[in-house]
Amino acid sequence: MPVLVPETLEEACAALAARPGATLLAGGTDLMVGINAGRTRPDDVVMVGRLAELRGWVRDGDHVVLGAGVTYTECMAEPLASLSPVLAQAARSVGSPQIRNAGTLGGNLGTASPAGDGVTALVALGGTVRVRSTEGERDLDLATFVTGPRRTERRPDELIVSVRVPVADGPQEFLKLGTRNAMVIAVASVALVVEPGAVRLAMGSVGPGPVRATEAEAFAASVVDWTTGTAAAGAADEFGALAAAASRPIDDHRSSAAYRRRAIEILAKRAFLRSFSS
Amino acid sequence: MNYKLSVNGTDHTVESTWEGESLLYVLRERLGLPGAKGACEQGECGSCSVLLDGDLVCSCLVLAAAAEGRDVRTVEAVAGPEGLSDVQQAFLDAGAVQCGFCTPGLIVAVHDLLERHPQPDDLTMREELAGNLCRCTGYGRIMEAVRMAADRRAASA
Ligand SMILES: Cc1cc2nc3c(=O)[nH]c(=O)nc-3n(C[C@H](O)[C@H](O)[C@H](O)COP(=O)(O)OP(=O)(O)OC[C@H]3O[C@@H](n4cnc5c(N)ncnc54)[C@H](O)[C@@H]3O)c2cc1C
Ligand code: FES
Ligand code: FES
Repeated sequence: MPVLVPETLEEACAALAARPGATLLAGGTDLMVGINAGRTRPDDVVMVGRLAELRGWVRDGDHVVLGAGVTYTECMAEPLASLSPVLAQAARSVGSPQIRNAGTLGGNLGTASPAGDGVTALVALGGTVRVRSTEGERDLDLATFVTGPRRTERRPDELIVSVRVPVADGPQEFLKLGTRNAMVIAVASVALVVEPGAVRLAMGSVGPGPVRATEAEAFAASVVDWTTGTAAAGAADEFGALAAAASRPIDDHRSSAAYRRRAIEILAKRAFLRSFSS
Repeated sequence: MNYKLSVNGTDHTVESTWEGESLLYVLRERLGLPGAKGACEQGECGSCSVLLDGDLVCSCLVLAAAAEGRDVRTVEAVAGPEGLSDVQQAFLDAGAVQCGFCTPGLIVAVHDLLERHPQPDDLTMREELAGNLCRCTGYGRIMEAVRMAADRRAASA
C-alpha cells in the first residue's frame, strides 16, 4: 500500500487520477481504526489532510468557506465559532481533544456516517461542497451530498476541497444524545439553524443519512412571529412531534428505534425552546 | 518504502515492512520508544497520546508513513536533564500512578492541558482529559496531580 504525500492540491488530484480507487487520508481517525483492526487494507493511500489548499477558512461575504482539512478544534475556536455556532457545538461534541485535534470536516463528509456530527450540522446549515478532480471542480448541494450510509455524490477520482455555508443570521443549536458526555457516537442528534423567516432541522443517527424534518421546518416558519422571534407556548411540542414523525430510526446495538424517536422529539423541542421564547 | 520521521528532535529513517503501520507501532517496535502505550488502537483510550506538530493526538490513529516532515514529541521527551517534569513529579506526589499503563498518555495530555489552561477548573480538567482512560485510580488522584502541578507552577512564576 504505497503512501503518497502530495504537496499541492493539483498533485493530489493527479495522484488520484493515476490510481483509481486510491484511498484519501486526512486526520486518520476513521481510516486508521479500520486499518488497525485489519478491516481495511487500502491499495494506495493519498494523504490530503495537510494540503495548504484544504486548510483554514475564509469569510466570503455572508458565507464562510471551510477547507476540508479544517479540524473540529479549529471549528470550536473564535472567531469561527461565532460565525457558525451549530458547527462549533457539533465539533465540541465529537470524541475527545485528541480526536478533535486530528479529525476533519472533509473526513466526516468522506465517511458519511449517519451518526456524523459534522455532517448533520452541515446539512442543517445548507450550502455547497466543492469537489475537485483533474477534470475540474464541481459544487454540489450539501443537503443532498450524502446519499446513504457511507455513500456520497463524490466520484472516486474527486476529493473534497471545501464547504461553503451561510454565516449565522439567527439562533443555532446542536444537541446530541449518547450514553455519556464524552467520546460517544450519537444515539440521536439534531441540528437547528434559524434564519429570518426560515428554519432548518437536520437529524443524525435516525436514518440512512442525515434526515431533514421538512414538515417541522415549515410548521416552525409559519408559527414563529418573525418580528419578535417568539412562538406561542405549545409550538415546541408540535415541532418535536413533527420532527419525531420525520425520523426513520432503526434498532441496533446502540439503541432501539422507539428510544431514538422519543429522543428526537425531546431534542428537537429543546432546540426550538432555546431558539424562540414564548 | 523507507521514510523519515522526526521524533523528539531527532530524525529517524524507518525501514518499513508494511506502510499501514501506525505511528504508535513504529515508535514502539521500530524506534525503541515504548513510552506511548497501545491498548485499544482505536482512539478510545489515549494511552498512546503524543504531540504531532504541537497538537495532542492518538499515535495509534496516525499513519506513520504519512507523518514524514512532521514534528513528533513523545513522553520520552518530557523529562529534562534535571530529572522529572513538574507534571511527572506531581503524579508521583499525588499518588496518581497505580498500574501505570495510562500514565504516559496522561503525562503528555496534562502538559498539553496546562499549556492551554494554566489554572484549569474541575470541569475543564474533566473535559480536557476525557480522551484518557484510567482503569485504576478513579481519576481523583489524577485531578489532584493536575491541581498540584498547576499550583506549583503558579507559585514559582
Ligand atoms: C475515538 C473516536 C471518537 C469519535 N467520535 C466521533 C463523534 O463523536 N462524532 C463524529 O461525527 N465522528 C466521530 N469519530 C469519527 C471521526 O473522528 C470523524 O468522522 C472525523 O471527522 C474523520 O475525519 P478524519 O480527517 O480523521 O478522516 P480520515 O479517517 O482521514 O478519513 C475518513 C474518510 O474520509 C475520506 N476523506 C478524508 N478526507 C477527504 C477529502 N478531502 N475528500 C474526500 N474524502 C476524504 C477518507 O478516504 C476516508 O474514507 C470518532 C472517531 C474516533 C476514533
Ligand atoms: S491505543 Fe491509541 S487511543 Fe487507545
Ligand atoms: S493507573 Fe492503571 S490505568 Fe491508570
